[in-house]
Amino acid sequence: MAGEITDAIIRVRDITVQFGKTRVLDGLNLDVKRGEILGFVGPSGAGKSVLTRTIIGLVPKIAGSIEVFGVDLDAASAAERRGVERRWGILFQQGALFSSLTVRQNIQFPVREYLKVSQRLLDEIMVAKLGMVGLRPEVADRYPSELSGGMIKRVALARALALDPELVFLDEPTSGLDPIGAGDFDELVRTLQRTLGLTVFMVTHDLDSLYTACDRIAVLGNGKIIAAGSIADMQASQHPWLRQYFHGKRARAVMG
Amino acid sequence: MRNLTFFRGAYRGRRVGIVNGDPTLERIARGNALALCAAGSWTARFAPMLERMVADAEKLSGTRPNIFIDVSQVSKLDTFGAWLIERLRRSLTHGGVEAQIAGLSDNYSSLVDEVRRVKAEPVVETERVTITGMLEQIGRAVAGIGGTLIGLIDMLGAVLSATAHVIIRPRGFRLTSTIHHLEQVCWRAVPIVVLITFLIGCIISQQGIFHFRKFGADIFVVDMLGVLVLREIGVLLVAIMVAGRSGSAYTAELGSMKMREEIDALRTMGFDPIEVLILPRMLALVLALPILAFLGAMAALYGGGLVAWLYGGVEPEAFLLRLRDAISIDHFVVGLIKAPVMAAVIGIVACVEGLAVQGSAESLGQHTTSSVVKGIFFVIVMDGVFAIFFASIGM
Repeated sequence: MAGEITDAIIRVRDITVQFGKTRVLDGLNLDVKRGEILGFVGPSGAGKSVLTRTIIGLVPKIAGSIEVFGVDLDAASAAERRGVERRWGILFQQGALFSSLTVRQNIQFPVREYLKVSQRLLDEIMVAKLGMVGLRPEVADRYPSELSGGMIKRVALARALALDPELVFLDEPTSGLDPIGAGDFDELVRTLQRTLGLTVFMVTHDLDSLYTACDRIAVLGNGKIIAAGSIADMQASQHPWLRQYFHGKRARAVMG
Repeated sequence: MRNLTFFRGAYRGRRVGIVNGDPTLERIARGNALALCAAGSWTARFAPMLERMVADAEKLSGTRPNIFIDVSQVSKLDTFGAWLIERLRRSLTHGGVEAQIAGLSDNYSSLVDEVRRVKAEPVVETERVTITGMLEQIGRAVAGIGGTLIGLIDMLGAVLSATAHVIIRPRGFRLTSTIHHLEQVCWRAVPIVVLITFLIGCIISQQGIFHFRKFGADIFVVDMLGVLVLREIGVLLVAIMVAGRSGSAYTAELGSMKMREEIDALRTMGFDPIEVLILPRMLALVLALPILAFLGAMAALYGGGLVAWLYGGVEPEAFLLRLRDAISIDHFVVGLIKAPVMAAVIGIVACVEGLAVQGSAESLGQHTTSSVVKGIFFVIVMDGVFAIFFASIGM
């Protein structure tokens, strides 16, 4: 990795995660800078989602430390941890909307739990968030099972943004979307990052997203970060997987 | 002094200074105009306080010809703050004069533009409780009962037709799946079924002896135990346990498959979900219940005999002798004939409920509950029907 980043919002040091005898992450180090969109790529099954889930505390690690917003998550008290959790938003791969709540209730849920505000403000904020992710207020009273795949992703993003987090984790936000929808989503992430000053940690497989949305790219391989840098650095890299990834048939199509 | 009054929440912000970040909204008169000066961090954290301040300030609407909002001192702004400022601006807009926002920094202008597009409150549709509405609900519930019965008959027909299909073309029969389900609903159910029926046998025997002893009729407990266990309790108890244990599992399995479109996937590949999913389950249940009912009856008799010996002093030899006299093979046959029919009822109810699951987790829970409730209800109704039937043919 290229030097120590002083303004890191996430600081991951020597993380090791093991499932049974399989070591998924092996002494991994990663920094995410404040205000950047970090694209996180790697072969399927390399542990991209595992790293995300380890950072947000869903997967236990056997070694290493994680600091988010300068708080060491292992040493943090329950209250400190809640404070951190309130400042991040997470978009799960399948959306993970609460299936028995409407879109309105889904988006209002975290706000209602954390802030004592009126129903009027809850509704207005919900409409504002829906507008930000490009949905019309009419969908508010639908249930997740009545939404299309793209709409589920958008509602899930609106829910992740409900409390105006400083940091959002996006786990394959564009998978399952059509290219136009995916392009819109990338554009949306960029706009939101500009307007809200977000830091975005995006796990993706989508080359277009890497080119259009991401400021920096980190590549996972063999349980470590094998490269991190701009898209130009990635293209210049001699690592065999990176060469294949960024100079393969699909990559040429994207660049051409 | 009016021009120096602060809104609620402002004092604290003043005393410790803006550095602390608590948001404030001051009214400052500037000649004919009134400036509302926002300062501090207007963010989600302070939303409840901000909402109160804005609600207070909204009352100023129309009091001055020219009111504007100065946001140059705002140190932090997010959607909550931006929206509340926008809401304030809208309510101060009065008599065609639009209130202005002054001192907006470039960083936040795109955010303010974003919330400016938000339309006023969305229409919230609330359902009123009326007498006609309640009557309608009762009507729908009654119609729902009819729907349930039709659904059950429908499923019965579908299962029978799938059975016929499999008999004609035995290669379509799923032996592996049937064996798998047989293991789940029969083999794995044995310990709990045997344990519970054993305990029930013990209890019946103990209660019988306790009460019959007053009349010196201890030995008649064997008659009661034999008839009750073989005819009624054995099969009924086991059927209720199976409805709770396996009926609910079937509903939950089929329901979650329905939710993830797995059943649609099967159908589009040209498979009949009834044949692939439901028939093996039904068959396993129909085979399992007589076996479990038999084991349950034996365990209950064993438990009853044990208590009769240890508590009532009825020697095992005497117990067996009495049992041979008291019961005929008819009692045993009556019990076992009921078992597969009850299994079919439980299975059909469970599968109908499973396929009725909609997209939400809540719906899955509701249908699993109603699978068990309806299953047990129909088992007891069937038991009553059988009682009338066997009484009239003299068995």
